[in-house]
Amino acid sequence: LSMAGRGRGRGRGQMTFNVEAVGIGKGDALPPPTLQPSPLFPVLERRAAPLPGGEEGEYMLALKQELRRAMRGLPYFVKPGAPRRDIERYSDKYQLSSPVDSAIDWNPDWKRLPRELKIRVRRLRKGRTTSHVPKKYVALDKEETIKKLESLEKKEEEVTSEEEEEKEEEEEGKEEEEEEYDEEEHEEETDYVLSYFDNGESFGPDSDDNGDEAVY
Amino acid sequence: MTQAELRLCSLLLQEHFGDIVEKVGNSLLRTGPRPLRLLVGDTGLLPDQVKKALCVLIQHNLVRYEVQPRGSVEYEARSERILRILRYPRYIYTAKTLYGDPGELLVEELLLHGHLPMSCAVARVADRLTETMEDGKTMDYTEVSSTFVRLADTHFIQRCPIVSEIPQSTNAPPPPAPALAIDEKDMYVVPRLSLVGKGKRRHSCNEEEEGEHKAKRQKQEGGRSETPPDDGIYWQVNLERFHQHFRDQALVSAVASRMDQTSSEVVRTMLRMSEVTTASGASHTQPLSSNEIFRSLPAGYNIGKQVLDQYLALLADDPLEFVGKSGDSGGGTYTVKVTWGPGASWALPIPFPHPSLILLLLHRFGSRCARIFRLLLRKKHLEQKQVEDFAMIPAKEAKDMLYRMLSENLVSLQEIPKTPDHAPSRTFYLYTVNVMAAARMLLHRCYKSVANLMERRQHEMQENKRLLDKSQRVEAILASMQATGAEVAQLHEVEEMITGPERQQLETLKRNVNKIDASENQVDETIFVLESFIESTMKRP
Repeated sequence: LSMAGRGRGRGRGQMTFNVEAVGIGKGDALPPPTLQPSPLFPVLERRAAPLPGGEEGEYMLALKQELRRAMRGLPYFVKPGAPRRDIERYSDKYQLSSPVDSAIDWNPDWKRLPRELKIRVRRLRKGRTTSHVPKKYVALDKEETIKKLESLEKKEEEVTSEEEEEKEEEEEGKEEEEEEYDEEEHEEETDYVLSYFDNGESFGPDSDDNGDEAVY
Repeated sequence: MTQAELRLCSLLLQEHFGDIVEKVGNSLLRTGPRPLRLLVGDTGLLPDQVKKALCVLIQHNLVRYEVQPRGSVEYEARSERILRILRYPRYIYTAKTLYGDPGELLVEELLLHGHLPMSCAVARVADRLTETMEDGKTMDYTEVSSTFVRLADTHFIQRCPIVSEIPQSTNAPPPPAPALAIDEKDMYVVPRLSLVGKGKRRHSCNEEEEGEHKAKRQKQEGGRSETPPDDGIYWQVNLERFHQHFRDQALVSAVASRMDQTSSEVVRTMLRMSEVTTASGASHTQPLSSNEIFRSLPAGYNIGKQVLDQYLALLADDPLEFVGKSGDSGGGTYTVKVTWGPGASWALPIPFPHPSLILLLLHRFGSRCARIFRLLLRKKHLEQKQVEDFAMIPAKEAKDMLYRMLSENLVSLQEIPKTPDHAPSRTFYLYTVNVMAAARMLLHRCYKSVANLMERRQHEMQENKRLLDKSQRVEAILASMQATGAEVAQLHEVEEMITGPERQQLETLKRNVNKIDASENQVDETIFVLESFIESTMKRP
């Protein structure tokens, strides 16, 4: 019984079922077999219909673009931290704050999140850097001053983990006082507009070779 | 999860949250639920970066966590929720049409931040609205608050699950992650807050006020650091409710196009009355008596009670079964059928996926192909010869079209053996349309389309990056010059920094990007129809 199918359609592609039932008549040429994946940009046989315009469409389009723009500016748009510089430069003090890996720029409700996710919350103040020299105004013990200096040095480099949380919170408390205190005075620490400050770093690694001024 | 969905999720995350969040989300989507340790290893990112990304994703409900019995916490990405980012403009626009500008901004803020306490949301929106008002005017909190309450009452926004208060013994260590839960009945309860205040502008125009402002600002910020009255109660957008609204809209317009404006208004009224009583996923609304419907008709429609009854009878008799009669009490009770199923697939009204499929065929393959497809939908199973006859299309062309559709999986062949040995020569081969398979195929294509569109758009922006940067700089210079009162001639000089051909290029770029964005919105509409159809069909027993 199974041999009944053989011998039919000799000289043409042989199929397991009666191709006439599907409509391929005797002697019809079948299209050539496809030997490669379909092209990346297939030929467009018909043009697509035009997009529906109208007020609703226009408004939603504007909303979409506006949303995209807005979300880039929110703290949820996580940017990688600035790579560590090999040499500390004087201009670092005046650079506007760049993203820091070990800190989060918004204040989530930590009660609602797993404990392992907690990292330091960075308070963003315009025109201030997160690491600054401790002020003389605040009276600190010598011991605490030394501890603070050390931890400030480490701040930019160390990855914060839960064990260090307490130390951080202590620091943060002090920072808070200082920041509120001298927010006004500090924004104007220099006469120069901070955004104009260009330390020439973007021009390549050899900018330091001309460090010495010409000696007459 | 198909590759197409994965790719689209990746693109959406990257565009809205950056590369780091995208890497983390992508890894979770591909590997499934993971603990933090493994995630850091998989992504190759710094631990702090991964933590930050997870915080963002959880904040926006895109990832959920679960405490495993051994004590570790596993994170899982929610792919279907990530895809909803595409629909944000539609949610916001709908809120605008229903509740005006305050509604629009409230929904927007909640979507931008994932979830917010009511006090925070109201304050932000009031500030934003104040910015747009004339000098000296401010938006009062009460108006925004009342819109918030209305949104909650109609279930468009809902409360997030709250941290359960587990009494802890001092010996037991605190759990690694909080358990969040909420009761259905609490979900839409608005806390009693007396939010008093007005919106603030970002820049105060009055010199005198400045000193006062700053003092107030510091005090305000000091006040903000105290716990707000609704601490711990967060609100989020209820996407399912918006989806229900979209379905209702589609139903109403289907009725309108099939019958007339008045019948569509009747159906709209019935749907509005059942808004909050219809459980999501239910196939019918609760029965409504015609008396109730009569009382709830909108003010403009003064049709008599008898006329209403006639309309209801007409709607119930329609073979599409939009409205079903469920009883006779109160002048007759009626329900509206809200799911879409193949049961009513004889004709082709708008909410069903068949029009999308047919439109695809129409545009890709031509009107004759579409005719064959419609025919097969109607007749279910047809032989080759019958297709040619019924569709009145010459054999050669019909064959060609059928094979093309077959290769695209839009139609399939059904074997019906005449004899028990299934011999090919004695078997019927019938063409048929498998609606679910076709719908899934089209949905997959849609995901691919949107991903392609997004990539193309990003490519266009990247190609023209230099020009865009230049144009932005020029804009900035012009703005600052105008602020300092420069002469027209000077402004002109600066404007000419961008040459004629460059302006052309920018125009073309803008046109293309707009077109692509509009297309993305358009495809999302089709995605919604198909997903709803597939979901509701799978739910039916």
